[in-house]
Amino acid sequence: MTDIVLTRRVKTAAWKGICYVLLVCIAIAMIMPFLWMVSTSLKELNKVFTFPPQWIPEEPMWSHYVEVWQQVPMLRWYGNSTFVTLAITFGQLLTSSMAAYGFARLKFPGRDKIFLIYLATLMLPFHVRVIPLFSILSKMGWLNTYKALIIPQLANPFGTFLLRQFFLTIPRDLEDAAIIDGCSRFRIYSRIIIPLSKPALATLATFVFMGVWNQFFWPLIVTSTPEMRTLAVGLALFKGRFSTDWPLLMTASVIVLIPSLIVFVFNQRFFTKGILLGGVKG
Amino acid sequence: MTRRHKEYLTGYAFIAPNIVAFLAFILIPLGFSLYMSFHEWKLLADPKWVGLANWIKLLWFHVEDGRIVANDPHFWKYLGNTIYLLIAVPLTIVVALILAILLDQPLKGRIVFRTLFILPVVSSTIAVAVVWSWLFNTEFGLINAGLRFLGIKGPSWLGSIEWAKPAVIIMMVWKQAGYNMLLCLAGIQNIPQELYESASMDGAGVWTRFRFITVPMLSATIFFMIIMGIIGGMQAFNAVFVLTKGGPAEATTTLVYYVYNNGFQWFRMGYASAIAWILLIIILAFTLVQWKYRKKWVYGEQGN
Repeated sequence: MTDIVLTRRVKTAAWKGICYVLLVCIAIAMIMPFLWMVSTSLKELNKVFTFPPQWIPEEPMWSHYVEVWQQVPMLRWYGNSTFVTLAITFGQLLTSSMAAYGFARLKFPGRDKIFLIYLATLMLPFHVRVIPLFSILSKMGWLNTYKALIIPQLANPFGTFLLRQFFLTIPRDLEDAAIIDGCSRFRIYSRIIIPLSKPALATLATFVFMGVWNQFFWPLIVTSTPEMRTLAVGLALFKGRFSTDWPLLMTASVIVLIPSLIVFVFNQRFFTKGILLGGVKG
Repeated sequence: MTRRHKEYLTGYAFIAPNIVAFLAFILIPLGFSLYMSFHEWKLLADPKWVGLANWIKLLWFHVEDGRIVANDPHFWKYLGNTIYLLIAVPLTIVVALILAILLDQPLKGRIVFRTLFILPVVSSTIAVAVVWSWLFNTEFGLINAGLRFLGIKGPSWLGSIEWAKPAVIIMMVWKQAGYNMLLCLAGIQNIPQELYESASMDGAGVWTRFRFITVPMLSATIFFMIIMGIIGGMQAFNAVFVLTKGGPAEATTTLVYYVYNNGFQWFRMGYASAIAWILLIIILAFTLVQWKYRKKWVYGEQGN
């Protein structure tokens, strides 16, 4: 009897050991690019082209983290990305939550049909809309402005869907009591529904933030001058120009990656929840 | 005005901001792009109605010297490239499954590992593609340095026709594995523990339990990941834009890249619209398949 227990223990321990070894190996492979990026960013340009590769630079070149801001208008791009991302995140939370409340709680003709159309457009590729959008904006003279970067992205059917599903789970009793007290719908929305929906709003905000911060195609085509670029576009074009200055390119990459990694680490549970709710592509 | 009408109005007021933006920037452009696909349209000139000409050029064939030749061989080549890159989808799912199974074990520190595996997912594709183009560097890239340690001469990853696509696929798998891992993990944790316990009682080993419990119970999740992976993969652009610019010799030019080139490099807006619509039709087909089986997936989720 004890023998069986013992072999089972040995087996469990061995299995655990195998799992750990595998996990550590894969984890190293997964974070290798990040480590290599940071390592390269701290090397002198001529130390980059060596074999075998050197992981820890002899003299870390922290100066790259100063230089990169001077070589390219990184600060401006940072500002652009921050402004555009915050504006779209806030805008989408507002329009989505209002519409979601309408769809979840109010009765009006055509409500379910409209919602169905929303759902139907969820999976459609953005690239189909991109050409008409571009020509509309060009007719309006909006190209290369913040308006072009922000306004076309203020409606988000996915966010509306997500919040509507959440609002449906909020008990109606609270609202009924407020209505009897003579509260307006807007007051109910802003004083009851929104405060109760913080987790859902945070999930959506996390997703929208990371999606917009990392987005590329749209800002690539609607901006045309260096001072209107966002970080991702700026970096991609920077790479085209300085294609062999790897330390500086890696420095720029580190700077681009930091905000979304920070947002992720602090909002991890919202992020996970969002993915499981049928989330968004990377 | 009755109370009911007032409620209607309130309802419309609540959805108004969203629906205005939705109409202006989603629904109308969608229809407009179909309309544009029947035109020849240089950006600044007036559109000229050409009927199905764009569509025929894209999808039809003609006979040349007794051989059947596509009217636009580029389109088919890029469609082929795009489909080739979809190899990343099953690979990602396999990696994700392995990760999820490992993370499902009662191990210390698995939260940390999980976080590490998701980092690529939340990273800017552009930034990591810049990093990967350095990793793939032929002479001094980390990957070929590693291969050199093993005595293998690494290929010119991004510069050769044979290796450019695998390189893009490797990066895509790395980038997306964590996303699918989360889905797998949720799926695995929804499997009733009793199934495993009773299987163990009957003497089923690790592999048997995996093969006959985990995989079937995850089938809905795996199906969902395949469809979503295909839908996302058909729209591949960002990684390719940075890694290879679609080259070498157009070996990694994707459909979306062709839309980009036609629409925003050559300003053939009508033709670009037609390509985009073909992409939409392909994606729509996969979406419909997914919707058809969605009930199962949702049921699986609520089954716990």
